[in-house]
Amino acid sequence: MMNTPRTAAFRNRCQRLLETAISRASVWAPMLLVLVPSQRAAAAALPEERGDTLFHIYDGGGQTVLGPAVLVRKNFAEKFSLSAGYYVDEISGASIDVVTNASPYHEERREAGVGGQYLYRDTLLGFNYTNSIENDFKASTFDFSISQDFFNNTTTLSLGYSKGNDKITRVDSPEFSATANRANYSVSVTQVINPTLLGTLSYELSADDGYLQNPYRSARVLGAALPEIYPGTRTGQAFATKLVKSWSSRFSTRIEGRYYRDTWGIKAFNVGIGASWYVYRNWILDGGYRFYSQKAATFYSDNFQRPQNFLARDKELATYQDHTVNAKLTVPLITQKHGFLNHVDAGVSFEYLLLDYKNFTDLRNGKPYSFGAAIGQFFLTAYY
Amino acid sequence: MPLPSTAAPRRCHRTVVLGIVAGVLLSGCSSFGYRPVQPYEREALASPLMALSRDPISDKHLQHVFETREGARGATGNTGGGCGCN
Repeated sequence: MMNTPRTAAFRNRCQRLLETAISRASVWAPMLLVLVPSQRAAAAALPEERGDTLFHIYDGGGQTVLGPAVLVRKNFAEKFSLSAGYYVDEISGASIDVVTNASPYHEERREAGVGGQYLYRDTLLGFNYTNSIENDFKASTFDFSISQDFFNNTTTLSLGYSKGNDKITRVDSPEFSATANRANYSVSVTQVINPTLLGTLSYELSADDGYLQNPYRSARVLGAALPEIYPGTRTGQAFATKLVKSWSSRFSTRIEGRYYRDTWGIKAFNVGIGASWYVYRNWILDGGYRFYSQKAATFYSDNFQRPQNFLARDKELATYQDHTVNAKLTVPLITQKHGFLNHVDAGVSFEYLLLDYKNFTDLRNGKPYSFGAAIGQFFLTAYY
Repeated sequence: MPLPSTAAPRRCHRTVVLGIVAGVLLSGCSSFGYRPVQPYEREALASPLMALSRDPISDKHLQHVFETREGARGATGNTGGGCGCN
């Protein structure tokens, strides 16, 4: 066969196309491989049928918050799962903001929610609606999620969207009313890495607009109290990861971390470690430590030296760190089937939270503010 | 004659590395001789000690405590409104 200029050009063109295809394939092939399951995946599963009751108490920083919570879940026809929850916060006392700005108060927050999930092969569709009511704050949130299992149930990809609407009022000013809108988009991948190691990666984008501040709180400008002024929008991004490792049939450890930043200039991260083990028969003891560090919002100041467009002195927007230690004991109360009950667990947990603010002054003594809070939980869980 | 740019190969190299890393993470290394975990090998993973959230109502309460006292939020799997912090 003759090697004419035309066939040589054709051959060169083919070679270039092949090189381009190989170059692109080296990028996409690994990703394509993961999109084509090697085997038929086993069926995903609905959440476990259970009823949880909880009594919680928080005591710290001059505030006490306590109340009950209930969450029940029932599955139907191996395809549908319905859940309902109720949660109460009874809040009393006087936080540092209230001590320096207003009088102590008592209020109650009641949150009710319903949810449903539908299982179709390896896909789980879910929705939740929650409604929260306080005497000066109402919030409703709807969220939708979809999860898909891949690769013989070793990989789970989840996508989520939630939309919330808040209505903010003041107890001392009936004419005041404001609203805020919240939207969240999330994606997470949970991976079975090996027979004893599980990992998850999550990303969440939050976009809020409207009245995003507390109507009672004041900022300080040259020592004088002025109403806070926040921007009308806030967009945040959070990246989180968690690894859980089993070391034996009776002992596991976990490590987790999260990085967060937003358009208000807040940059924060938290890391945590924990361990769980069967200390006696089926008694489970959990223990852990969590560290959180935050850089202040750009419009936060303990005491502004001149007025500006946005003013904030909310300690949650300051520069600070916190440490949390926790311990939880879960004890099986009923281990054999009784009527419709499969088994019942009781538990108690204790957490101690220590917050240390770098640029938020306690106006009572002029020193940087810090406080500790004790958090207790008592819970009973029935599996049926 | 202009010198060939080094930016494009570097970009290409970075994309290849990112593609491989993403593939490894998502596939559990299945395309590199790694054998996916079989159902009969998941005894340890099925243990309550390995649950990402063993007590959802307890975890939700703790997340609420953190969200009302910290500026960061999100990527915790917790949604819901209300503050209890005015």
